[in-house]
Amino acid sequence: MTDKVRVATATLCGCFGCHMSLLDIDERILELVQLVEFDRSPITDIKTVGDCDIGLIEGGVANAENVEVLRDFRKHCKVLVAIGACAVNGGIPAMRNAFELRECLDESYINGIGVANPAIPNDPEIPLLLNKVHPIHEVVNIDHFLPGCPPSADAIWTFLTGLIEGRPVSFPYKQIHYD
Amino acid sequence: MSSNLETADNPKKLERVVINPLTRVEGHGKVTLLQDENLHIKQARLHIVEFRGFEKFIQGRPYWELPVLVQRLCGICPVSHHLAAAKATDMLVGTTQLTPTAEKIRRLMHYGQTLQSHALHFFHLCSPDLLFGFDDDVRHRNIVGVIEDNPDIAKQGVLLRKYGQEVIRLTAGKRIHGTGAIPGGVNKALNREEIDYLQKDIGQIVQWGQDAVELIKRIFFEQLDYHMAFAAIDTNMMSMIGANGEFDIYHGGLRAKDADGGTIFDHVDYTCYSDYIREGVKNWSYMKFPFIEALGAENGWYRVGPLARVNNCDYFSTPLAEQQRKRFMDAGGGRPVQASLAYHWARQIELLYCTEAIRELLLDPDISGTELLNRGELQHCGVGVLEAPRGTLFHHYEIDDDGIVNKANLIVSTTNNNQAMNESIRQVAGMYLDGRQLTEPLLNQIEVAIRAYDPCLSCATHAMGKMPLEIILVNEKEEVIDRLEKRVTGEIQRTFS
Repeated sequence: MTDKVRVATATLCGCFGCHMSLLDIDERILELVQLVEFDRSPITDIKTVGDCDIGLIEGGVANAENVEVLRDFRKHCKVLVAIGACAVNGGIPAMRNAFELRECLDESYINGIGVANPAIPNDPEIPLLLNKVHPIHEVVNIDHFLPGCPPSADAIWTFLTGLIEGRPVSFPYKQIHYD
Repeated sequence: MSSNLETADNPKKLERVVINPLTRVEGHGKVTLLQDENLHIKQARLHIVEFRGFEKFIQGRPYWELPVLVQRLCGICPVSHHLAAAKATDMLVGTTQLTPTAEKIRRLMHYGQTLQSHALHFFHLCSPDLLFGFDDDVRHRNIVGVIEDNPDIAKQGVLLRKYGQEVIRLTAGKRIHGTGAIPGGVNKALNREEIDYLQKDIGQIVQWGQDAVELIKRIFFEQLDYHMAFAAIDTNMMSMIGANGEFDIYHGGLRAKDADGGTIFDHVDYTCYSDYIREGVKNWSYMKFPFIEALGAENGWYRVGPLARVNNCDYFSTPLAEQQRKRFMDAGGGRPVQASLAYHWARQIELLYCTEAIRELLLDPDISGTELLNRGELQHCGVGVLEAPRGTLFHHYEIDDDGIVNKANLIVSTTNNNQAMNESIRQVAGMYLDGRQLTEPLLNQIEVAIRAYDPCLSCATHAMGKMPLEIILVNEKEEVIDRLEKRVTGEIQRTFS
């Protein structure tokens, strides 16, 4: 039990598609759980990240909590991996960088179609948004980058099994061929 | 209809308990509970802490990008956004009627995704609560625990989801963020080899669909009174409905019923949705609070998704699902079934329906037809609505003469359930947590109530415990890019270079 590799995962500002692509390994998940033990992850109920061998991060950095979670992962994970377009370069959410944050908020909460009581949410319980959406390597050091929107299940499988077994990772062409 | 636990009179004197992040839900959110010195709960809120601003940043983009761009809202049900945007762009390119091949390929894609999404939600995320109990050990209460203890159930769930994903891959090009639907139609049909591949396993898949309904029924009836009462709230319900009142998740009019099953509106043309639905803003959540305008914000909120759809429809067009619907409706005793945990039951009936509907479509020669596209004159306004796995999904775009988007409005499925999820956790907080020292298993009950809705809170996870007092964002050269400071008063200040 204890010789299993500990893996933690998190989604920051992303769409969850990379986690879904991880689950797209289908029945290979039965093999995976023989090799790894999941720590904090959206698929477990562990809320705080413990010491881990591998941390997988989906999504970019868009608010204050993303920064905190990312730093916590860096502190606890020996190897930290940026998975997917948003973690690698900000992805689609970074399209808001072309606008002022205020304009984006106004569009949703003030000038939106059908808004009954225009107001911008500002309670201390909701994290403060950053002016821009950042790729995660702008905040902490990242060991590996796995691109794709999302990376295919086969690409994730090739990468993870290689990493766990400690051998260099090499992808067949099809796994790095995008839309 | 709203409970009194939304806002405490004197929050500063109360003890704050936070569940953060919510887990085994698709996407992210957190819950805060405020207790007084006698452990009575005075306030319970589900906060959605993410904001991405799609409605703004798609402005300036050409309309044909919408189906592939906006689906990046969500990696769990991208097909819903892909198809809702495609339906809106159909209107933009003047398509009033898709070719039979285009409509059936899109339906196949949609049934495939509803199948995979429902399987994922039930087997991968919720079955640990239902199989092991809400108070099972936190390290065991997950899909790995299910694989170890109930390998047959786990494998069935994994393979049901895989089948749905394969239907998506073959109709949309890839499993997540595909490209199959385009304005006015689709870009591919299925060939013989692909149809044979899907037909090979469909008999087994329909059987597992039946098993899934029987499994949830067995669990539900084991503690019927408890499951009927847990997180139960009386609400209005809204869903899309076919022209004859049949269950339809791809196209139709809007139907809303009140808590007793009386009609609020029926067969409403969804392009007029903004005459019926409005959205309120609350300062403690980035997710808005929709309501039926005629009933007002206080009484007009409603539920969407499997529970609403199965309650609202007159019948299913497929025999096995229809048989299960009748059994389901019996549980309501003449009223709509209001139990929140009955979402799980309704969801499995829908999963079964999707397996049957896929089986039917695979026998239809139109799915290998060659007429894929049908376009007319460019229009300025397009509205696309369908039933995503989690409920009614609205996409609304306006474009200029050059086809560039200049206005957009999206009401995503889970947003419709915002008030209902908040009311459900308040019911659980008041009934099961009030006056008690809050332990992990008790807090999991709050999450069980939220999970019933299968919320897709999407994006942005958050930290645990206290918010830091200061956050400095630096680049690799240690230069400060952004700095945030939170004072004890909750006041927040930002300085950046």
